Amino acid sequence: MIYDIKNLTFSYSAADRNVLDGVNLSLGEGEILCILGPNGAGKTTLLNCMAGLLKAESGDIELCGNKLSSLKEKDIARLVGFVPQLHTPAFDYTAFDFVLMGRAPETGMFGRPSEEDEKMVMDVLESMNLVHLANKSYMNISGGERQQLLIARAIVREPKVVLFDEPVAHLDYGNQQRVLELVKSMAGKGLSVVITTHNPDHALLLGGKAAIVDRQGKIIQGDSDEILTEEALKKIYDTDLRIMWIEELGRKACLVPEL
Amino acid sequence: MKQSKQNFSNNYRKKQGLVSWALFFLLLGLILVCLCVGKYSITPGDCIKIIFGKLTGAESSWTMMDEKLLLGVRLPRVIASVLVGAALSLSGVVYQGIFKNPLVSPDFLGVSSGACIGAALAILLAMPSGLVQVFAFIGGLIAVSLTLLIPSFMRSNSNIMLVLSGIIVSGAMTSILGFIKYIADPETQLAAITYWQLGSFAYVGNHDILVVLPLGIIATVILIAMAWWINILSLGEQEAKSLGANVSLLRGICIVCSTVLTAGAVCISGTIGWVGLVVPHFGRMLIGSDNRKLLPACCIIGGIFMLLVDTVTRIIGPAEMPVSILTGIIGAPFFAWLLYRQKANIR
Repeated sequence: MIYDIKNLTFSYSAADRNVLDGVNLSLGEGEILCILGPNGAGKTTLLNCMAGLLKAESGDIELCGNKLSSLKEKDIARLVGFVPQLHTPAFDYTAFDFVLMGRAPETGMFGRPSEEDEKMVMDVLESMNLVHLANKSYMNISGGERQQLLIARAIVREPKVVLFDEPVAHLDYGNQQRVLELVKSMAGKGLSVVITTHNPDHALLLGGKAAIVDRQGKIIQGDSDEILTEEALKKIYDTDLRIMWIEELGRKACLVPEL
Repeated sequence: MKQSKQNFSNNYRKKQGLVSWALFFLLLGLILVCLCVGKYSITPGDCIKIIFGKLTGAESSWTMMDEKLLLGVRLPRVIASVLVGAALSLSGVVYQGIFKNPLVSPDFLGVSSGACIGAALAILLAMPSGLVQVFAFIGGLIAVSLTLLIPSFMRSNSNIMLVLSGIIVSGAMTSILGFIKYIADPETQLAAITYWQLGSFAYVGNHDILVVLPLGIIATVILIAMAWWINILSLGEQEAKSLGANVSLLRGICIVCSTVLTAGAVCISGTIGWVGLVVPHFGRMLIGSDNRKLLPACCIIGGIFMLLVDTVTRIIGPAEMPVSILTGIIGAPFFAWLLYRQKANIR
């Protein structure tokens, strides 16, 4: 078991409502978990709790059999690759130096990455067909390329699980499919993947497990085929939609009837 | 694809440090030039002869006057300006990195204003000049400690809270300094305080440098050793944490070291503006943002900048000008030009 979350409750301040309220969640090796939910429900909050970036008020998160709260930043980072939402850093690093930062958990406080680390970065870039970017500045490449570098940075430390915070939110249609393909192929290699998304169709495409967070901070989890029903999705998005079997594609899709 | 991967790996290691070495030799050359020029000039040959002669204990073949001027006055002054420039630039680049804000300068947590109060207080109480330095150093450290305390009272350790605390502390310090100036004797003390605030290397002696040098070297070594982690801190708190960084600890060490450097610089020369803001930008334009290369390079560029500025104040005009006036006159337009060059990257 990679993640075993029991009764997790979180709120940003005592006076505030619970963003997450008694969440139970589990994730096995090589599984994909898609987290859906309306704006302002705790999708990102849940992901941040799982990455150890936010401390839960009550409840337990077990990561690979260890209590998350007892692990140091470094130990968490060794197990968990985190892909944040697309952003522009304040300083302009080369793509290579940017991905190299993913080797931080293996580097001492007064140390620098070794030649071995640099080789691993090159190997990951090569496997993702990104070698041509190595010398380019991270600021002056496209959003799709940046997203791929963020993913490269997360997997260069060889984690057990990768958490994606809305990885396709700012990408064009083609890049969205490419990133989803990448996510799926990672799971095929035995990595576990957790991904938040606003598009229920992505959850259907990826298959695997799905979880829906509602505005009350409650969560339901199960196989995406079972949980992503028309009723459930209509309720959380408060809009009309259809889940249909598309014969030509041989898959279920989530579509909006009309405006 | 295979080919370019090999090429990249080979070039990557080689390129590191080449520019820094070039800058380093430029600095050495400029030091020699600046030792020679002045109201009373010494030939470069004599210069080298005297320094090596003293080191090896060789027979003197130069005038006593040359030796006294070079070793007693010019050399400490040149060394002090290089060290102060290097210290201010290094702490500037570190602060900018850890607060992921390229517009931060080394004194924004209140070091300089605290140091000013320390120095002003010592001048007000008519203490000997050695104590003015000590007071300035302590004043700087106290101000930064106050800045660091405020966020912990508010139970928040975010960057923005620290920046705002810096503004609060600096503001309060400026008022206190105003009060000290108000009650100071306008004929002697007020002039001394104002002159100290403008910064100068005119009265620097060997002793002044040796007092702060050891601490400065330790801080520099630690910061350069942590240079790669500063890259990571520059991505922001959450992202650094998700990469496995102990953000509070790393940031704490960086702040302590940069504060020691700035306070040390300020107590040698008084407050000097602009260096810590402009030099890091120039460095980034020259060799990129990777702090592993940038930190050593900024030390050297800062040293060169300060050395040149101080030499100019030394040789122009009948009376010496305070350094800060010139760093501002050069720094402000230079910074505008840098911003113009980088405007595409500043959002």
